[in-house]
Amino acid sequence: MSETQDLNIPLGPPQEKMSQALASVEDVHGERMRVQMGPQHPATHGVLRVEIETDGELIIKGTPHIGYLHRCFEKVAENITWPQIVPFTDRLDYCSSMNNNLGFVLACEKLFGIEVSERIQTIRVLVTELNRVANHCVAIAAYSLDIGAWTPFLLLIQEREHILDLFEEICGGRLLLNYIWIGGLSHDVPDGWLPKVHEFVEYMKPKIPELNQLLSYNKIFIERLANVAVIPADVCYQYGVTGPNIRGAGVKWDLRKNEPYSGYETYDFDIPIGTGEMGQVGDAWDRYIVRVREVEQSLRIIEQAATRLEGMPGDDVKAAIPKTFAKVPKGEIYFRTEQPKGELGFYLISNGKAKPYRVKCRAPSFSNLCVMPKVAPGLLIADMVALIGSIDIVLGDVDR
Amino acid sequence: MNVLTSFCNNPANWFFIKLAISLIYMVGMITFVSVFALFAIWLERKISAWAQDRLGPMETGGFHGWLQTVADMLKLLLKEDIIPDAVDRPLFKLAPYIVFASSFAAFATLPFAANLIGTDLNIGIYYIVAISSLVVIAIIMAGWASNNKWSLFGAMRSASQMISYEVPVALALLIPILMAGSLSMQDLVSVQAGGFWNWTIFGGGGFKLPFTVVALPFTVLAFLIYFWASLAEVNRCPFDLPEGESEIIGFHVEYSAMRFGMFFFAEFANMFLVSGVAVALFLGGWYAPLPFLEVSAETSPVLHNIIGAFWFISKSVILVAVQMWLRWTLPRFRVDQLMHVCWKVFLPFSLANILIVSLLVVLFNQ
Repeated sequence: MSETQDLNIPLGPPQEKMSQALASVEDVHGERMRVQMGPQHPATHGVLRVEIETDGELIIKGTPHIGYLHRCFEKVAENITWPQIVPFTDRLDYCSSMNNNLGFVLACEKLFGIEVSERIQTIRVLVTELNRVANHCVAIAAYSLDIGAWTPFLLLIQEREHILDLFEEICGGRLLLNYIWIGGLSHDVPDGWLPKVHEFVEYMKPKIPELNQLLSYNKIFIERLANVAVIPADVCYQYGVTGPNIRGAGVKWDLRKNEPYSGYETYDFDIPIGTGEMGQVGDAWDRYIVRVREVEQSLRIIEQAATRLEGMPGDDVKAAIPKTFAKVPKGEIYFRTEQPKGELGFYLISNGKAKPYRVKCRAPSFSNLCVMPKVAPGLLIADMVALIGSIDIVLGDVDR
Repeated sequence: MNVLTSFCNNPANWFFIKLAISLIYMVGMITFVSVFALFAIWLERKISAWAQDRLGPMETGGFHGWLQTVADMLKLLLKEDIIPDAVDRPLFKLAPYIVFASSFAAFATLPFAANLIGTDLNIGIYYIVAISSLVVIAIIMAGWASNNKWSLFGAMRSASQMISYEVPVALALLIPILMAGSLSMQDLVSVQAGGFWNWTIFGGGGFKLPFTVVALPFTVLAFLIYFWASLAEVNRCPFDLPEGESEIIGFHVEYSAMRFGMFFFAEFANMFLVSGVAVALFLGGWYAPLPFLEVSAETSPVLHNIIGAFWFISKSVILVAVQMWLRWTLPRFRVDQLMHVCWKVFLPFSLANILIVSLLVVLFNQ
């Protein structure tokens, strides 16, 4: 049933330190077992396969194998025109389509030298922050399910539904939106939409203390997450871990503050960071609570953006869209934005033609997942689930 | 009629009469357990829906989807029974039956009412604790025979968990046994007669009123330890690691159709069993909370039993509902934390509890 292996096989460099910690259980060593977690496993958030070498329940080595959802985004993008790529970016991280749209569109606009009006920028900030809330709802919901709590999952999916309804009203799509276009937006905000946004913010605000009561400060939940799967700041730097994961490690790094775009510098919001409140800095609970607090901050931004929009005179959201993309400026650019999962970068090369010469996508989930082999040794199988959930990957974003 | 009377009066035939009564009781019990499992699955759905702000099943059968689980069971019965090639066929096939049989066998000494009990063994509670441990063997059989590493994980977790938690369960059950001075289920119930202040959980169970106040904290503690440990015994949340859907799927990952249904059934039968034991030993068994709510055996023996069964089942269903409520509220423990709770929290507390209650029994018991 299990593969018999030589117990003295040399462990890889990342595991070396861990092997000393494992030495305490060395005398009760049995056979090591290699199990495949996934690709059809409920806790891997999609089609991820993690090859785990275990000693009982203890993980000696955990290697992620990806590629089950590879859709050749980068190659496909070389064969379609610039605006046609935007709907493809929806499908990278399908939980936060708006933010992907924005990342790509901003890169293109900077490359082509397109300026958009302040109103369009404000709408963009509003919808991307709404999508950030939706994304974190999914992340926390799926995480609670991983840890074995069922009820928060359904409650949070319900809150997300309200955001999807708002999106449906604004552009017709619920999950795949294609709302932010190069040089503008696909639709203006409909009449009576902004009051609904305010209504949603007022509805959502009391839900967060409720969530904290039900899940975040639950004794069992804290026991499961505190001091588990610690990713310290230096490991985050080494592996390019970004987003709530690096903020959970206590690093105040948020592109919305550090390299503001779309007028983020004019909004009043904080960057929550992990403080090791329940255990060590950078443990799974810190990463989790950073998401919860980011939802609060996003709601603040949404409120400010919606209030600003109400005071702005309407304009044509398609005014700045180029009439044709047949001839575009030559050049190359790397532009990064803060996507809910981390830093989303697009490296674009234009040779002046209607189709890009090269599109490279720096996906946050991919880099965040890469840290797994470093963190996995020494965890229990149940902790592996806590690890995968806490770094919040979407396989569409990992594989592209 | 005369033939029947003479047949019954002949001592040589008593064996057959006993056999017939046992068979009837057995069939009745199987029916009860099946109906209860169907009801409990429906209840679980409704409670989860209530916890999660949903409606749950609403269509099948009209009123609040009461036929939904019947339909699901029919579906499970009609489904193709897939047995993977690499499994150990005899063990794989046998395991679900042993699980169900061992949890069902324990119903033999569960006192539903004064006369509604399979057999009032003088070691009734000991028998229940012993026979329900057989489930572990069946689960290991299922996990090992499935020839799947994940189900092996589930089986090993389950075995370690159930064997460990048997200790606090048994130690907590010793408290009412000490106080009643008997292992027979009916004796354990009958010491709690006469209103809820005489129930073992409130310090009764052999003690009379002034002394019950002294015993109260210890009996409540015993009940809580038993209830929590029994959650682990039946693999319910927050101790549902053997079936941790999001981690290791569970020991029954390779089972399909009605073989899976048997595990499912057994789980709900077990939930009733542990609740029934808690009711019998701690919550007054088939006695009503207040004496005027029951019919005495002298007035009408039949009604006495029916009302008794009503109270027993009601109390058990309430406990089952509490188990479900917990499940839909709490996250799951990790393996080491589970063992920590068992050996470092429950065990010392129950040992100290036994010491104190033994002392109280020596001092106060009349």
